[in-house]
Amino acid sequence: MTATPDAERGTPLRVRAEAAWRLSDSVSLRPEPFGALAYDFRTRRLSFLKTPTLVDVVRGLADHDTAGEALTAAGVTPQQESSYLSALTTLAGSGLIEERP
Amino acid sequence: MTLAPERRATPAPARPVRPTTGPLVDQFEFGLDAPICLTWELTYACNLACTHCLSSSGRRDPDELSTEECKALIDEFERMQIFYVNIGGGEPTVRPDFWELLDYAVAHHVGVKFSTNGFRITPERAAKLAATDYVDVQVSLDGATAEVNDSVRGRGTYDAALRAMANLRDAGMKDFKMSVVCTRHNIGQLDEFKAIADTYGAQLRLTRLRPSGRGADVWDELHPLPEQQRELYDWLVANGDQVLTGDSFFHLSAFAEDGQGALPGLNLCGAGRVVCLVDPVGDVYACPFAIHDRFKAGNVRDGAGATDFDTVWKHSELFTDLRSPQTGGACTKCSAYDSCRGGCMAAKFFTGLPLDGPDPECVKGNAASSLEARDRGGLPGTSQDHSHKGTVRNAPVPLTLMRRPPSGACDESPLVPGRSFG
Ligand code: SF4
Ligand code: SF4
Repeated sequence: MTATPDAERGTPLRVRAEAAWRLSDSVSLRPEPFGALAYDFRTRRLSFLKTPTLVDVVRGLADHDTAGEALTAAGVTPQQESSYLSALTTLAGSGLIEERP
Repeated sequence: MTLAPERRATPAPARPVRPTTGPLVDQFEFGLDAPICLTWELTYACNLACTHCLSSSGRRDPDELSTEECKALIDEFERMQIFYVNIGGGEPTVRPDFWELLDYAVAHHVGVKFSTNGFRITPERAAKLAATDYVDVQVSLDGATAEVNDSVRGRGTYDAALRAMANLRDAGMKDFKMSVVCTRHNIGQLDEFKAIADTYGAQLRLTRLRPSGRGADVWDELHPLPEQQRELYDWLVANGDQVLTGDSFFHLSAFAEDGQGALPGLNLCGAGRVVCLVDPVGDVYACPFAIHDRFKAGNVRDGAGATDFDTVWKHSELFTDLRSPQTGGACTKCSAYDSCRGGCMAAKFFTGLPLDGPDPECVKGNAASSLEARDRGGLPGTSQDHSHKGTVRNAPVPLTLMRRPPSGACDESPLVPGRSFG
C-alpha cells in the first residue's frame, strides 16, 4: 500500500489566512474515526487528514471567503492558527486544495 | 453480527479502545470503515500458468460473480467511498466483460489499477487506457531477461510484457506500473529492472514472493537467500524514493540500525484492517496472499442485497479479531520488533510457522530452526486450486542456465574429444 504523500514538486504554495481556497475538484474525502482519507483521482495519491478539526476546516474552505474564516468556523483558536495554516500549506503543496478567485 | 458462541461465558476483558491521536499505524490496527487496499480478483481464468501464482489460477470457476453482481459490488464500493480497487485474477482481461466493468467502475468514481500479463494490451486498448486518469495498469515482469522471466511466467511472456509496455508508452500513458516479484534469480537484476521501467516511462514496483497458492510449491527454491535479502534491503534504501513496494518488505526493516534506514511505509500487516481480497466467487479474505479458509471472512453474496461487502468488512468475526491487538509472541523480545512486527502473517501461515512468531524470512535468522523442524506434510496447503490441468501454450521454461555453458567439452567431461563442438 502506498500511503506516503510526497511533497516533491514545485515551489511551495503558502496558504495565507486572507486567501480563498477550496478542496480540489479531483479530490474526495472519506470520513474515518481519526479524521479522513483524501484521495486525488488525478494523481492517484492517498493522503490522511489526521484530526477531525482539519477535516472540518478543509470541508469548510469552499463556504468561506477566506481560509481564516474557515479556521474560525471549525473552532480553531488563534493560538492554533499557524499550525493549521501550515497543515493547509502541505495540502496545497500536494494539490489537494487549490486557491480560488 | 452475533456474539461468537464458543467464547467463554465469563466477562471478556475490556477491548482496548481506539486511540484518538497518535501515529496512524495505531489507528490502522483498529481497522477503518472501508479498506484502503482492496484487491478484487475478477476471475480464476488465466492464459498463463506462472509457477508462483498466489491464487493458483488457471481455470475459470463456474460460480464466478456475474456481470450484474460485479456492478452491484462496484455500486457498494462507490457508497463506501473505496476510491480505487486493485483488480487482478487470474488474468482479468480474459473475462469477456472486463472492459465493460472497467468503464462501469470509472463512471461510478471507483478508480481501478489492474494487473495484467500484457498479452491483451493492444495499441487500441492502450489508447483507451491512456485516456482516463481513473485507470492505472500494472504489467507483471519477473525477470529483467527473458531467461529469468520465462522460467517463472512462461514462454513468450517476457516479450509480451515488453510489447504491452511499449504500447502503453506509445499511447501516452504515464507512470503505469511494472511489477516485479523478487526471487532468488532476479535480485541481481534490480538495476536492470529500473532501466527497463525507465525506458517505458513506467514506475518500478517490487514485491515480495510469498508462499501463497502455487507459490508454496516453489518458495523453497525461489525465495531470496539471506545475503540477497540484505542486497535487496540496501538497494531499497538507496533507491527507495523511486520505487514502489506495496509496503511488502517491512520484515527487512529489521536491518535498520538505531532507527536509521527504516523503509518507508506503515510497517504493519494490514490484513483485515486496511487490506482485503474479494475473490472471483465473492469470498472475502483478509489479504490477497491469504486465500485459505482460515482467513475467509464471508462472502459478498451472504447478505440481503445484490451484494453485501460492507457487512463482511465491518462486522465479520475474523476481521473483528484481526483488528484487536495481536501478540507478537517470541518476536516481542526482539530489538527489531517495532519496525518488523514479526513480518507477514500469510508467509508464516503457509510455511507452517506460528502466527505469533518470526517471519520465515526473519533477517535475524530467528525462524531458521523452526523452518527446519516443521513437518512438511503438515503444511496447510491451499483450500482452492484452479490450476490448469493440461498443457498450456505458454508454459514456464525451466531455468537450467544459471551457470555459463562450458566453453569447451573438456570443462565438463573427463573425456576430451578431438575438437570442441561449440
Ligand atoms: S498477510 Fe502478509 S501480505 Fe497480507 S497484509 Fe499481512 S503482511 Fe501484507
Ligand atoms: S525476531 Fe521477529 S521481530 Fe525480530 S527480526 Fe525476526 S521476525 Fe522481525
